[in-house]
Amino acid sequence: MSTILVFAETSPSGEVRESAAGLLGLAAKLGEPAAVIATAPGASSGAVARLGELGAATVAVGESDRAAGGAGANGALVGAAETEAVVAAVEALSPAAVLLPNSSTGREIAGRVAARLRVPVAVDLVDATVEGERITGIHSVFGGAYTTESVVDGGPFVATVRLGAIEDRAAAASPATHELTLPGDALGPTVTAAAPVAKTSSRPELQGAPIVVSGGRGLGSKENFELVGQLADALGAALGASRAAVDAGYVEPSAQVGQTGTTVAPQLYVAVGISGAIQHRAGMQTAKTIVAINTDRDAPLFEIADFGIVGDLFTVVPQLIDEIGKRK
Amino acid sequence: MRIAVLIKQVPDTWGERKLDLATGRLDRDASDRIIDEIGERALEVALQARDAKTADEVVVVTMGPAPAAEAVKKGLSMGADSGIHISDDALAGSDTWTTAEALAGALREGGFDLVIAGNESTDGRGGVVPAMVAELLGLPLLAELDEVTIGAGEVSGSRGVDDAILTVSAPLPALVSITERTPEPRFPNLRGIMGAKKKPVAGQDSSAVGVEGGAAGPGAHSVVTATAERPPRSAGTIVEDDGTAAAQLAEFLAKNRLI
Repeated sequence: MSTILVFAETSPSGEVRESAAGLLGLAAKLGEPAAVIATAPGASSGAVARLGELGAATVAVGESDRAAGGAGANGALVGAAETEAVVAAVEALSPAAVLLPNSSTGREIAGRVAARLRVPVAVDLVDATVEGERITGIHSVFGGAYTTESVVDGGPFVATVRLGAIEDRAAAASPATHELTLPGDALGPTVTAAAPVAKTSSRPELQGAPIVVSGGRGLGSKENFELVGQLADALGAALGASRAAVDAGYVEPSAQVGQTGTTVAPQLYVAVGISGAIQHRAGMQTAKTIVAINTDRDAPLFEIADFGIVGDLFTVVPQLIDEIGKRK
Repeated sequence: MRIAVLIKQVPDTWGERKLDLATGRLDRDASDRIIDEIGERALEVALQARDAKTADEVVVVTMGPAPAAEAVKKGLSMGADSGIHISDDALAGSDTWTTAEALAGALREGGFDLVIAGNESTDGRGGVVPAMVAELLGLPLLAELDEVTIGAGEVSGSRGVDDAILTVSAPLPALVSITERTPEPRFPNLRGIMGAKKKPVAGQDSSAVGVEGGAAGPGAHSVVTATAERPPRSAGTIVEDDGTAAAQLAEFLAKNRLI
């Protein structure tokens, strides 16, 4: 069985980030899962055990004092140790495929690794299949309007995988550790300052959340937007927004769902006061169930909603929060 | 200082965008073609450096079929000094690798101190080409910058990662990719539009940029093996609120095990 190598993102202290679970789940479907990490010296042991729990049969470890691991220390080189570790792991393990998270760091490393291996990157997979030795990537294009399948001829299959898209999980394994030697010189910008971002809410991250509640211009003000937050909390959901709501300053830009924001594919998407311009739909229409609440009967979002309420959101949403509370 | 800005012509996101179901490629005739906004923002970053006299020259670089000349012209009318347009039938359907190879080929001989690109296009959304080009050119990559500061021999900026905002810097030459948090692009004025016609645009084919055989040359390639249009999503239950709509919705969510 071919080895499928997963690049696992780690925090500065060496904790494995959540994206690894889905990547190893997909890897187990395609072959024998292996993982590669780049951490600060001495910070890898917890990560190796965790990756075993998530199904990695082999973990290739590159330790480097230049490993940034997200919020890296001053002097770290962004992406350099990670790129070198993946390239070294490819040489050591000869995988049939290399899977990376479609996060900003994952994409950067994917591009650099692929250029080294002189192969293309299959971008933003939502799934993949294997037949014999041939791996086929499945992509959801233009906000889910199309599904395409692609293969790579003539080299390993390097791909980024959409966060939250893979539900498969691999069975736990006792991983063999493979130490990597990273080259001394490397290319990358230097981190001159790292300001930790205080987590301002206990809500789930937008990307990968099973339930997302988003608000739009219909909320009318930043104060009113809090109502969307209350509904999100009642449902245990991540908070999203349309571009109009972000542009109006109701909510921070990181909440934006759509073409130029985050693409989400949750089990449930609730849109409050969002008309549903095509740019917004492109970021959420692969949700399993869509609910829309809007005063305007002609809002385009009603065309794709599984359940729509034409009504005043300031009446309906508080009632809905009550109803959800009663059923808990 | 010479700055190259990578731009891309894409289908307008305000319209319906289509794929050719036979080839899996973009149906370029199905929608209006525009310069991708993220490329305009990248150009704005470069033009501000020129306005501040940090940069002397700004060159827009694109790869695409003949109509992509319009995107180059838009860049020139915004204020770029010249353009490079890589265009060749042999490059049609290029994957991320061939695209990066061609762009790197065009940039390699240009003597650029800084290359600025958008972090991802609105059509492909892959976001890997800037990193591939940087690696091919042996340049440090400052990816996904929300703010960019261009100095005489150095570029720096801020980048949001999972739990921090990093300040990163690298000596020039370097490659930067920017996010849509960078400033709004300027609009071309009449003088810019008139002047654009006189500015030079260098056409380059696949051999000029060193990609022998184009998209089907030797080496590894992505091949699209299937393309399907998702059946349109049909509308479900729509209720006018008569005071019971919230209760009906809660019932619907409970029935579907969503609460």
